[in-house]
Amino acid sequence: MYEFEFERPGSISDAVAALKTDEAQALGGGQTLIPTMKQRLANPAKLVSLTGIGEMQGVCVEDDGALTIGGATPHAVVAEKAAASYPALAALAGNIGDPAVRNRGTIGGSLANNDPSACYPAAALASGAVIVTNAREIPADDYFQGMFATALEEGEIITSVRFPVPRAANYQKFDQAASRFALVGVFVARFDDGVRVAVTGASEDGVFRWSEAEAALGSDFSAAALDGLALPADGMIGDLHGTPEYRAHLAAVLTRRAVQAAA
Amino acid sequence: MPQVAMTVNGKPARGEVEGRTLLSSFLRDNLGLTGTHVGCDTSQCGACVVHVDGKDVKACTMFALEAEGAQVDTIEGQAGADGSLNVIQQAFQDHHGLQCGFCTPGMVMTAAALLKETPKPSEAEIRDYLEGNICRCTGYHNIVKAILAASGQDAGAIAAE
Repeated sequence: MYEFEFERPGSISDAVAALKTDEAQALGGGQTLIPTMKQRLANPAKLVSLTGIGEMQGVCVEDDGALTIGGATPHAVVAEKAAASYPALAALAGNIGDPAVRNRGTIGGSLANNDPSACYPAAALASGAVIVTNAREIPADDYFQGMFATALEEGEIITSVRFPVPRAANYQKFDQAASRFALVGVFVARFDDGVRVAVTGASEDGVFRWSEAEAALGSDFSAAALDGLALPADGMIGDLHGTPEYRAHLAAVLTRRAVQAAA
Repeated sequence: MPQVAMTVNGKPARGEVEGRTLLSSFLRDNLGLTGTHVGCDTSQCGACVVHVDGKDVKACTMFALEAEGAQVDTIEGQAGADGSLNVIQQAFQDHHGLQCGFCTPGMVMTAAALLKETPKPSEAEIRDYLEGNICRCTGYHNIVKAILAASGQDAGAIAAE
């Protein structure tokens, strides 16, 4: 790994100031960035650690029922603290990677990286979450912009994520056993005014909403409503773990399972 | 070079490190605590698991400077001052939970974290919690047995593989 300068600010404003220098990069829990730097696929001149910032930690329920999670909150804390208010999200967080990864990896880090096979993007998109940064609030529908691409500007950090809590929700993850990422994962969220379905691990454009399934489930929230619906294999990821056709098929199967589990 | 200070196994520890110095390197190279093993160095194998502020983490996937001010516990802190094995270590010995022993420090530290959270885990819970710890010798059976025994449960109850 190439050498870099390291800073660990104690406040959001200090972190934003520290990130103003050229080639500075924010460091969440480091569970992706550190292995990436070891491979010399990233070599920032400066790392600004966000894990020492108290105001970016924790899980709380707002007056309107929405759940706000600090950007530097580790997955294990979400798994524990969101269990009562948003069980499907807590279950997702509790099944990312392995226990040691969950103790370091953060929700902000996962969403900023936007790995096409990560779990959190599916939860954020299906929940219609709002990504709150030091500068603005970004609706999930505008935030995810393709594989590893997001609406974040240079030096902008995710300070918290606000999740509207659906009436019912479920996440189905088909584990890629070696990496512990999702080979495919589907998050289904049922709100009073409609259903949102987000698929991760499948598309070459990263997480996406399956609008046909959303429309079908909006009028009849049952697995039977999905009969006859299929996702095209075109544009799906193909690698040694699965073909595009396999991933398209798996996404439909997991959607069905998620609906059955949430109903 | 930056200075880092933390508490390791209950004793103050400090040293000069680079930004890129991993916690595993600081423990091994600066402090000489070579019980924390580096197996894969890619966050896959779990041989380097230590506790930071009571939570199990992979010491190869954390910078030493991120542990500034933290309480760090390693395998060296597990046995008694007289060298007597703790209950988990003793159970690994009794149930042959190791063969070459390379993964064992990480296994023991992960088991300690599990038992703190879940004092009487089921076999399935143990196997699930060991997701990030890889052993290339034993096939896990005796490791699971050892952890069951360390939790005071009947290790004979699990089926042979």
